[in-house]
Amino acid sequence: MVKMKRFAGLLVLSACFMSAQGLASSGGVKLEKSGIDPDNIKSLQRGAANFMNYCSGCHSAQYVRYKTIGRDLEISEEMLIDNLMFNADQTFDTIQASMPATDAARWYGTAPPDLSLLARAKGTDHIFNFLKGFYVSADSPTGVDNLVREGTSMPHVLWELQGYQNAIFVEHKNVDGSVTRVFEGFEQLTLGQMDSEDYDEFVRDTVNFLAYVAEPIRSIRRKLGVWVLMFLTFFLIIANMLKKQIWKDVK
Amino acid sequence: MSRIEAEVGKPQGGFMKWIDDRFPFTETMKYHFTEYYASKNFNIWYAFGVLAFVVLVIQFISGIFLTMNYKPDAVQAFASVEYIMRDVEWGWLIRYMHSTGASFFFIVVYLHMFRAMLYGSYKKPRELIWIIGMLIFLVLMAEAFAGYLLPWGQMSYWGAQVIISLFGAIPWVGDALVEIIRGDYSISDITLNRFFALHVIALPLALIGLVFVHIVALHEVGSSNPDGIEIKDYKGADGVPLDGVAFHPYHTSKDLVIIIVFLMIFSAVMFFAPDMGGYFLEHANFEPANLTATPEHIAPVWYFTPFYAILRAVPDKLWGFILFGLSVILPLFLPWLDRSRVKSIRYRGWIYKTALTIFVITFITLGWLGTMPVEPVYVMAARVFAVIYFAFFLLMPYYTAIDKTKPVPDRVVYHG
Repeated sequence: MVKMKRFAGLLVLSACFMSAQGLASSGGVKLEKSGIDPDNIKSLQRGAANFMNYCSGCHSAQYVRYKTIGRDLEISEEMLIDNLMFNADQTFDTIQASMPATDAARWYGTAPPDLSLLARAKGTDHIFNFLKGFYVSADSPTGVDNLVREGTSMPHVLWELQGYQNAIFVEHKNVDGSVTRVFEGFEQLTLGQMDSEDYDEFVRDTVNFLAYVAEPIRSIRRKLGVWVLMFLTFFLIIANMLKKQIWKDVK
Repeated sequence: MSRIEAEVGKPQGGFMKWIDDRFPFTETMKYHFTEYYASKNFNIWYAFGVLAFVVLVIQFISGIFLTMNYKPDAVQAFASVEYIMRDVEWGWLIRYMHSTGASFFFIVVYLHMFRAMLYGSYKKPRELIWIIGMLIFLVLMAEAFAGYLLPWGQMSYWGAQVIISLFGAIPWVGDALVEIIRGDYSISDITLNRFFALHVIALPLALIGLVFVHIVALHEVGSSNPDGIEIKDYKGADGVPLDGVAFHPYHTSKDLVIIIVFLMIFSAVMFFAPDMGGYFLEHANFEPANLTATPEHIAPVWYFTPFYAILRAVPDKLWGFILFGLSVILPLFLPWLDRSRVKSIRYRGWIYKTALTIFVITFITLGWLGTMPVEPVYVMAARVFAVIYFAFFLLMPYYTAIDKTKPVPDRVVYHG
């Protein structure tokens, strides 16, 4: 058994060399943790509603079926059809944007990306900070820029909720004469319908939902994993007894 | 039963004799399992060969089922992977099995190769086993590289772009060669199709063939052991090596325990961290291949990064490619680079022990550096470690020859 433990230790050790690899940097801005709870069904349900109301006009989630959402988030078929399915007739349909992609590309310069896998590609912290990071900018055709993704062509869709804010930058002169802009903080210009805590909660639910659609089977795989490990533990005990029996005469 | 049936129809010696008269079944089973004797003092390092075989089986089975649903088509490939992940029954499990298996294949193979360096398994008379093993490793790298293009994500596309363009550094034929590999002027649907063919047919076939030859060669000379002693030198009256135990049931029962522990670790990753924090499944690969947008930071999957770090450390493109190739191929020559009189690290002197420790640190550090962005400090570090990497191999004939060795016992050390 000592050898077994050493073996397990070895593989765990080799796994440790692969500690979390950082996601793509976000313009040097420190990202606030999204703090989502993937097991909170209520939060996911609210996120689904947020997504359908505010995102799905322009963004698709083309690999996600309404039916799957209903099954996983405990939303009944009637609820789905009445409250969430704005662009679809059948529950097995996938989420398509209302806005045609060709028009979108003409209007915004680039078609809004599909959101099925955004959370796995960019990370939930990135999206959380992006949705909180719009600030007024006179240089931008949409009137806003984003702290996390500078020069984004996405307008501040959630302005009604968050209100508009200003970003304060302090300029630092470097030794070589170049100037670095360092972000200091936001300053509220106009009030939205939500205070900043409610808005955070709103964004968190939405991000939570995006994380869910990026990998709908997450909770299933984790549940199954526990059973698999329990079975293997049981099997290990039996196999070890067998091994001991067979090896007992080897001197 | 009639008298005629009893005399004519009944095979003499039963069913097994009927088979054995036509196919050497019992003989083969004896030769490879029940009468194949391997040292009784195998430690955990000797399990990675079996584990590599287990992963090979996992990859074959999961791969077959993936092929049933995957579309090797530049327009449909990415979506078909998501279709497997979301709509195919148990598709997600099959896909995670395959993606986790790819990384575990390299973990296990690297540890398997390290075992040979610990105990001198490549030394006479096992040089050919080692060479075949190195060929397996090369085919495995090609297999992994071809497979990585198939999901058609951003990293699939740009990673392949970077690696294939390396061949362009070869003088005269470089550009033509790159075109032949891609089948096009850039990576395209054509490239995807031929990589699919290589990944599901050509390379697995080569892999199977080489693994077969690897095992046949091993069973011809017999397995080594942690003491580096030939157990065949001390046989009992029955012709059985005194320190050997039959592969079946002794080693198989022991391997079963180890395989279960391995599957537990495998499952822990597959069910609870299939991305492995972006190392097993890279974040950028969740975006479909985009020919017009290069990702900020292109890094190959972790198992290629030690060699990739060496490639990037060299300022010249051609020399970078040469040293990259050399770093992969150098271990092939270990049987002749190693001049030590003893095989096992147990009886080697401090010089080899130190050199091997430094080598392990170097390999892991290079691997880490290969994942980092190109910044002067990382490139400088990669240069230093690349020099150490090559020094380990190229200076080996000298330091192993002068290293003081301890006397090797006649019989294996076994404490039950």
